[in-house]
Amino acid sequence: MFRNVSELVHIAETENIPISEVMIRQEMEETGKTREEVISQMDNNLEVMEKAVEDGLKGVESHSGLTGGDAVLIQKYMSEKKTLSGNLLLDVVSKAVATNEVNAAMGMICATPTAGSAGCVPGVLFGLKEKLNPTREQMINFLFTAGAFGQVVANNAFISGAAGGCQAEVGSAAGMASAAAVEMAGGTPQQSAEAMAITLKNMLGLVCDPVAGLVEVPCVKRNAMGSSQAIISADLALAGVTSRIPCDEVIGAMYRIGRQMPSALRETAEGGLAATPTGRALAAKIFGAN
Amino acid sequence: MKFRSVFDIIGPVMIGPSSSHTAGAARIGRMARQLFGKQPKWAKIHLYESFAKTYRGHGTDVAIIGGLLDYDTFDERIKEAFHHAEEAGMTVEFFEEDASVEHPNTARIIVGDDESEFELVGISIGGGKAEITEINGFELRLSGSSPAILVMHNDRFGAIASVTKVLAHHKINIGHMEVTRKDIGKEALMVIETDERIPEVVMDELRDCDHILQVVTIHD
Repeated sequence: MFRNVSELVHIAETENIPISEVMIRQEMEETGKTREEVISQMDNNLEVMEKAVEDGLKGVESHSGLTGGDAVLIQKYMSEKKTLSGNLLLDVVSKAVATNEVNAAMGMICATPTAGSAGCVPGVLFGLKEKLNPTREQMINFLFTAGAFGQVVANNAFISGAAGGCQAEVGSAAGMASAAAVEMAGGTPQQSAEAMAITLKNMLGLVCDPVAGLVEVPCVKRNAMGSSQAIISADLALAGVTSRIPCDEVIGAMYRIGRQMPSALRETAEGGLAATPTGRALAAKIFGAN
Repeated sequence: MKFRSVFDIIGPVMIGPSSSHTAGAARIGRMARQLFGKQPKWAKIHLYESFAKTYRGHGTDVAIIGGLLDYDTFDERIKEAFHHAEEAGMTVEFFEEDASVEHPNTARIIVGDDESEFELVGISIGGGKAEITEINGFELRLSGSSPAILVMHNDRFGAIASVTKVLAHHKINIGHMEVTRKDIGKEALMVIETDERIPEVVMDELRDCDHILQVVTIHD
C-alpha cells in the first residue's frame, strides 16, 4: 500500500500505469472485491454527484436560508454576459457551488473527501467534461485518482475541518481535484503530484470558521475558490511548472499548521467569520439568542 | 493506516450537510442500534466538544436518531428522524457536555428498553468514518471498515479458544483481535474483526460456546 505521494508516483511510473489504476488495483487487493465491483461502486458515486449538480443548478435553498441559488445566478450570468474569467472556469465554479448548496439543503451528495468540501471534485470533473469530452471510464478514473491523493492526505494529516481547519478539508479536496484533472488532461503522475502540491500550498492556513456552525457560510464559496484553484494549478503543472516544496512535505506542513490551529478556528464556530458581528447576528437569528 | 479504502475518501453517499457531524454521527447511532440488537425504547445521547457546540445546525441529532432507527447515511428519512422515532416508540434526550475529551466529535449513547441497557462511546474521525472507543465501560478500537464480532464473556480459560474454534471451523479469518476484562474472573470482552461477513448460523454457534454472555456483529 502506498503511504505517501512519492510512493504513489513511483508505483505508477515503474509499472507504467496511471494513478487511477494504482488505486483500483490497491482497492481490489485491500477489500478482496473484483475490478467490476470496485468500478461499479465508483460509478454509483459518480451518479450521485451528477444528480447533485443537476439539482443544484435548478436551484435549492437551505433550511437556514443562508445559502442556495448562487449556482443558478452564475449560470445565468454566463449565458447573458461576457464574463471575466471565462465560461470553463465559471462552469466549474457553478457546479462546485451547486453541489455544496444541495449539501447545505440536506440533499444527497457524495463526500469527497468530506461533505463540506464535496463541491471541488465534481465541480472540476463536470466543468471539464465539455472541454475534454471524457468517456464514462475516464470520469470514473478521475475519481480514483482524486481518491488516491485524498487517501495519502487522510493517512498522513487530516481531512476534516474539526481536526485541521479548512485547509484540511477544502484544501485536500481542491488538491485531489487538481491532481485528477491533470491525469484526465493527459499529464503524467508526477505532474498530478505537482498540481496537488501547488493547490494545497495556496490553501495552507485556511481556518474552519462556519457561521452558526453550519456547513454553509463560507463553505459554499470556499468550494468555489477551491475548484477554481484546482483548474489553475492543473494548468500550471501541465505547463511544466513544478513545486519547489515536494507534495509530501506540503502535506506535512498542512498537518503541522493544523496541529497549531486553536480550537476556535476548527469548526467550533467560535472564531473567524463565525465571530464577526454579522456572523453572530445570523447565528442568533437562526437559533434564537442564547 | 486508518483510511484503507478509496471509498473512505470518495464517499460515503450521504444526506448533507456534514460528513463528520451528519454521516459519521449516523454511523455511530447505527452501531449502537446494531450492538443493542433491537429497537431501543429510549436513548440518552451525550455530545462533546464540536458535536455539543454545533449539532443543531449539522443535523447531528437527527443523524444519530436515524442511526438508532437503523437508517444508512443516505436514507432520506434522516431528515424527519424525530418524527420516525416517535412512531417507533423511542424517546430521545440530548445532553450538551462541557467535559473535554480526546476527540472533538464524540458522542456517548446509552440505549435501553424494559429488559436491558447498553452504552457506547463513538467518535467521528472525518469523511464519514466512525469508530467505537468504548462499550459498556470497556475501551476498544474498532475500525468500522470490516465486519466485526463483539463477544461479552466471563473471564475463564477456554472461552477464547471456543470462539476461535468456531470461526476456524467455518473458515472465517481473523484480521484483528483484542481481549479486555474488568478484573480477573469477571466480565470480559472480545473484539474480533474478520475478513468475511459472519453468517447467522455461526452467530448461533458462538452463543452456545462456554462462558459466553452476548454476541453481536457489526457489518461494514
